[in-house]
Amino acid sequence: MKKKKLKFIDLLSLTLLMCGACIMIFPFVWMILSSLKTQVEVSTIPPTFFPTKATLDNYIFALKTAPFARYFLNSLIVTVVCVTLTMFTTILAAFAFSRLKFPGRDIIFAALIAMMMIPFEMLIITNYTTIAKLGLMDTLVALVIPFTASIFYTYILRNFFLSIPDSLYYSAKVDGSSDWKYLWWVMVPIAKPTIITIALLNTIAAWNSFLWTVLVINSTNNRTLPFGVFAFIAEGGVRYERLMAAATIVVLPMIILFLFARKYIVSGVSRGGIKG
Amino acid sequence: MILKKKRTNFDVDEKITFKTLLKPFLYLLPFIISISIFTIYPFFNAFLISFKENYKALSGIFSGFGLANYEYVLTNETFLLALKNTVTYVLWVVPISTALSLLVAVMLNRKSKLQAFFQTAYFLPLVTSAIAVGLVWRWLFNFDYGVINFVLSQVGADAINWLNNPTYAKVALIVYGIWSMMPFTIILLLAGLQNINEQYLIAAKVDGSKPTQIFAYITVPLLAPTIGLTMIVNMITGFKVFNELFALFNGTPGPAYSLYTVIYFMYEQFYVKYRLGTAAASAIVLFFIVMILTLLQLYMQRKWKNY
Repeated sequence: MKKKKLKFIDLLSLTLLMCGACIMIFPFVWMILSSLKTQVEVSTIPPTFFPTKATLDNYIFALKTAPFARYFLNSLIVTVVCVTLTMFTTILAAFAFSRLKFPGRDIIFAALIAMMMIPFEMLIITNYTTIAKLGLMDTLVALVIPFTASIFYTYILRNFFLSIPDSLYYSAKVDGSSDWKYLWWVMVPIAKPTIITIALLNTIAAWNSFLWTVLVINSTNNRTLPFGVFAFIAEGGVRYERLMAAATIVVLPMIILFLFARKYIVSGVSRGGIKG
Repeated sequence: MILKKKRTNFDVDEKITFKTLLKPFLYLLPFIISISIFTIYPFFNAFLISFKENYKALSGIFSGFGLANYEYVLTNETFLLALKNTVTYVLWVVPISTALSLLVAVMLNRKSKLQAFFQTAYFLPLVTSAIAVGLVWRWLFNFDYGVINFVLSQVGADAINWLNNPTYAKVALIVYGIWSMMPFTIILLLAGLQNINEQYLIAAKVDGSKPTQIFAYITVPLLAPTIGLTMIVNMITGFKVFNELFALFNGTPGPAYSLYTVIYFMYEQFYVKYRLGTAAASAIVLFFIVMILTLLQLYMQRKWKNY
């Protein structure tokens, strides 16, 4: 009797989860399906679920009308350079804050932690002026240099570095290894999962960055994908089948990344935040 | 909490010399340069700008220091509307997404063969561009051909002009907000659930408690600290709502300028009207809201440390 009841609960929760999952994923499914339909099919009532005749015309139109290949390349360059530089500054700083000794270290670190609460939006006004003064307006460099260090990622990595036993450091020292070598040949390999996790969080944030891009980029050729897809409304008109094709181009790389690196991303997010 | 980590043992015989200081300095240099120029300096400069009256950014000219920007912002109808909208947004989105996420997290916490599928389905919005997905929601909310109105028509309801009616536009923004906030919330709650000692649950089962009783009297109270912290982090995120609005209403603050939010107001003052002083003043109002919430978060973390 009791067992039966438990089974009913299991079935109920599975059904509810399934319904919820369908709702959560529906916008993505609908985006992709709509992007494969023709204008006529997209505006029929009742709407068809699967395209009666799948077509890639909307993708071709998007690639022809707007330089989406260029946008894609820009996004890729900005993301890769941004993540590489951020990881470099993060690894060095996390090492200094965990392994090296200097007066005031923990106080400086506490002050940095307090700065994590500063909303990025508050910094925009001055950073915009700084970029303008440096003559970097409307360049890809402007999209990278304000985001080359992160207190949040440094904090995560420093905590991991602290968990690596001191004895390892001293035995490496005895073997004549320098700090620099010890960091890159011992600590970084041990911390690889953590570094991959923060690099992935950084990749997602860089790829999806929007507000800052809108502010500093003017010319079509320097747009990244999120800005490009937004501008496409003006260029391609409000034709949803085309917009959905453009949206798919932006979203798909991150979906693929998520499918391959789900565990890393989820573990990173559960540490407290994605936006850094 | 974070800072009480054990210090590494300082060697007794090591003296502070130029050389021992140089090495940490060099390691920190790239990080410090970047943080100083693009975080610390703009942070303090935002306060400074907010007190400069009639400030022009590129020439650097301003007429004097004063509270005019704050006076302007705090009596400006649009800003007050933005504040009201943002608070409304937070008050709807945070509780609803937390409640739904709690339900999902508890169900996801059981081992299932579909774990990978469920995680993908529920967490996907986390990694996708709010702008691109915002366009998809715009399409879902479309008056003539949108799926949402189609579903409404199937159950006999009238079609709703979601994106052009100020009241429904707010609902649309809230719905999109709940959807995009859920993955993060579910992940944090799941992490909290996995920390609950299973002994309690087993004991309750042995005592013959029903699953609903276990949920209400054991899971939820034990999870309360996580729920509280998650809600605060989400409130901070909610106060910064911008991308969702921008995508849903094509860069405008909703139908008939009805859906201003704090960040949208700041963006407009800064980028459209070139009023840097008032933009900075509104940013500082936002900063204080975020700061109060963060302090609340730290206080709660400390209070619940012994759970």
